[in-house]
Amino acid sequence: MSPKPGHGVRAGLVLAMSDIFEGLKAAFWLLVSLDRDLVEITLRSLQVTLSALVIASAIGLPFGTWLAIRRFRHRRTAIAVMNALMGLPPVVVGLIVYMLFSRSGPFGVLGLLFTPAAMIVAQVIIITPLIASIAHQSMRELWADYHDLLISLNTSRWQRIRTLLWDGRRALLTASLAGFGRAIGEVGAIMIVGGNIDHATRVLTTAIALETGKGDFALALGLGFVLIGLAIVVNLAIHRLSGTEREGRW
Amino acid sequence: MVETILPLVLNGAVVKRRGKRLIGPIDAEISRAGFTIVMGPNGSGKTTLLRLMHGLERLAEGAAVWQGTQIDVQKRQAYVFQNPIMLRRSVKENLAYPLLLRGAPKSTAAQTARDWAARIHLENALEQDATMLSGGEKQKLALARALIQKPDVLFLDEPCSNLDGRATREIEELLLETSRAGTRIVMATHDMGQARRLATEVMFMLHGNLHEFAPAEHFFTQPGTVQARAFLKGDIIE
Ligand SMILES: Nc1ncnc2c1ncn2[C@@H]1O[C@H](COP(=O)(O)OP(=O)(O)O)[C@@H](O)[C@H]1O
Ligand SMILES: [Mg+2]
Repeated sequence: MSPKPGHGVRAGLVLAMSDIFEGLKAAFWLLVSLDRDLVEITLRSLQVTLSALVIASAIGLPFGTWLAIRRFRHRRTAIAVMNALMGLPPVVVGLIVYMLFSRSGPFGVLGLLFTPAAMIVAQVIIITPLIASIAHQSMRELWADYHDLLISLNTSRWQRIRTLLWDGRRALLTASLAGFGRAIGEVGAIMIVGGNIDHATRVLTTAIALETGKGDFALALGLGFVLIGLAIVVNLAIHRLSGTEREGRW
Repeated sequence: MVETILPLVLNGAVVKRRGKRLIGPIDAEISRAGFTIVMGPNGSGKTTLLRLMHGLERLAEGAAVWQGTQIDVQKRQAYVFQNPIMLRRSVKENLAYPLLLRGAPKSTAAQTARDWAARIHLENALEQDATMLSGGEKQKLALARALIQKPDVLFLDEPCSNLDGRATREIEELLLETSRAGTRIVMATHDMGQARRLATEVMFMLHGNLHEFAPAEHFFTQPGTVQARAFLKGDIIE
């Protein structure tokens, strides 16, 4: 007797649904019990991403602001390059950083490959152009708005920069948060340069990729919830910040 | 320190943008006393002339000569733009800003800002975001932020162009008071009634040239050119 067509498929579906349900239950339990692996991986994710964010902001925010208010010969080229870098596929960034830090590469002697440091380097490369570009756009708008007044008030260059940074602080914070959002969810580059080594370079995204591959949905989902939670918090913050900024425009 | 940075003398002053002449050559002298109104049709060069005098436009030819050192010249004039530029800060911080730039102590700046807010009837909006004010309130705030610098010379570009009667009257009163207190005012307007109420002399711009420059009573009663006569009558001039 042959089974009805489609029967096996439906059975598989039921199995998968219950798997996911079991996974959800287990994930929830991992979360509320503050599972040691889950906490460790989450903290490492935050450590790597926040380090990259501080470095990328320290480079990207002043650079974007500088591009917005200084006129120089190759400004347009610089902006075009910055925007092009923003579109770099993270996997390619990972490959490049891997080659730079691999034993035979120019920075091989540092021995940083498969350490969090290499992951930070990769993330800095990925998010600095993004942060600089967003900062550039909003600071350019602010500068166009303020230009005549600040010239008329006879401000020094330093006073101008301070005024723009202060009044543009929300926009700059928004730029940084966008960088954080991009970095925390990135997987391709840090997988390549970090190697997803347990207790060393395993972070939220790489762990999810691994556990999913192994079929251990509980940990994967638990990590996924943490990641989604972080992403939601960051996006709410961005929304609030850009929302309050726009209020004044009505 | 000199007593005043006036008179301002324009000698064949020309402003160009991408090689195209916007205004000039202009020869004129802004004397020590008076209330100068700049008139003329749209696009005749009123704004460019004010910006040129204030130092916001680079001269392509000619010169604009003030008295005194460059520092004095820059510090002792203020400008109110046609579309008031509000700092994205509170009303109080907008008023205090020029004072803080000049190194005034915070408490002094805050007190002076409060006094000025009261003068323009914004004392209840001190902590409000300046970008949220109405058009008339913004214009008053921009004017107060200029006057708080105690300038020798005040430039205004059509400060009442988008305001209703009451806001216009408030601003005119403040300007007359300022003028009586000795501040030299140069103001563009295309409101004929306002020009008659305020002017002691009129600069009439046409096609980027200073077409006529005369005492107010002279300009309004017996304009020297056909075009000025037509403009005063309200005819369209090209
Ligand atoms: N940024 C600019 N670029 C090019 N042309 C300009 C610019 N600003 C003003 N103009 C031109 O200069 C002339 C004078 O303009 P403006 O001084 O604004 O006149 P008004 O204030 O009397 O209306 C006009 O023909 C205007 O089109
Ligand atoms: Mg104008």
